[in-house]
Amino acid sequence: MPTTPQLLNSAQVARFVAQGFLRLDGVVPAEMNAEALEAFAAGLPSVPYGTPVPKAFPEGSLARRLVELPAVAGALESLVGPGPEVDHHALHIREPREGSAQPLHADALIDLRPDAFDVQLMYYPQEVTADMGGTLVVPGTHLRRVNESDTGRYQNLRGQTRLTCPAGTVMLLHHGIWHGGRRNDSDTVRHMYKIRFNPTVPQVRLWDTADLDAPAVREELARSFPWCEQATARLEILNRVRLWRVLSGDPDFDIEHWATRIDNRPAAQRSTA
Amino acid sequence: MTLPNTVRQQVLVLYLDTSALDSWVRGWARYDGTGTTRPTTGDSDEPPYETGVAALQDGWRLFQASQLVPPYPGAEHETSFLKHEFFFERLVDGAEGAG
Repeated sequence: MPTTPQLLNSAQVARFVAQGFLRLDGVVPAEMNAEALEAFAAGLPSVPYGTPVPKAFPEGSLARRLVELPAVAGALESLVGPGPEVDHHALHIREPREGSAQPLHADALIDLRPDAFDVQLMYYPQEVTADMGGTLVVPGTHLRRVNESDTGRYQNLRGQTRLTCPAGTVMLLHHGIWHGGRRNDSDTVRHMYKIRFNPTVPQVRLWDTADLDAPAVREELARSFPWCEQATARLEILNRVRLWRVLSGDPDFDIEHWATRIDNRPAAQRSTA
Repeated sequence: MTLPNTVRQQVLVLYLDTSALDSWVRGWARYDGTGTTRPTTGDSDEPPYETGVAALQDGWRLFQASQLVPPYPGAEHETSFLKHEFFFERLVDGAEGAG
């Protein structure tokens, strides 16, 4: 039985906008993790692109119970809203002593949407240790316009996170984030179950907005990342400001007056008046 | 197929903070023509050098640097690939392996 979803607050959503992912450690109960490993061995049912969640995952199914866990449901609703569609789901298995890592990539094809994003859920039913080759994620890369594995040349970037986590951890990622499955140097098979969600409503103020004007929101959005070059770090923040304006419904939101300054075109406004 | 010449190329790619070779390393990649090491994605958190010049001082030879290309009109605010890419090489005896 679903319970009330635990919506994110504004600072958490701002962190997602800046970092491109949200991590929920150990939110899935141990018995579900054990069940998942058994279910994964049997394979996943086919889900056509764009299937609503209730149809893709029947009530009582493992995937349905996973996305209805209060912490997961609240975070998903805060980011993609109610009634998302399942784009696709897939099981990623990294075999023991596997010879190679995935190249650093963004999923799917280059995506130009300025006012929407998909969310990818990654679920780890078992503990992931350092040598198991957990997912590599580069925080803050999701707004870069790159296509799929064109970023494969970059092996390591400062500030990258090499996932280690307790069993039952869920990550929610912006579809554009640079990531890859690392080489599994352990003797243990590693499982990761992924679901991609498409929003069906405008992604505007879907979270608990009580703290919308809190200083923490600005602090999160103004963050810089150690992989980012000096000049483009400012552009990253500018692009985040533009996304936050969409998500918050506040067309005047700014950091350091950057967007306001370059939007200021008195002559153009006079000519169209 | 193994070529008779035993000299092999090791390649180091550094992504720097600015277009200056003495600026800070932000990202890195290695490729080993000797086959004795297998560098791969996500294999280290600390770069081999702090700056591009530090790689030169350690004997790496620079053979390519990114050109400065102005942004396409209308795309001045877009962010995409890392811009300041520098390729270095080191020639080693294939029989001796990686140094």
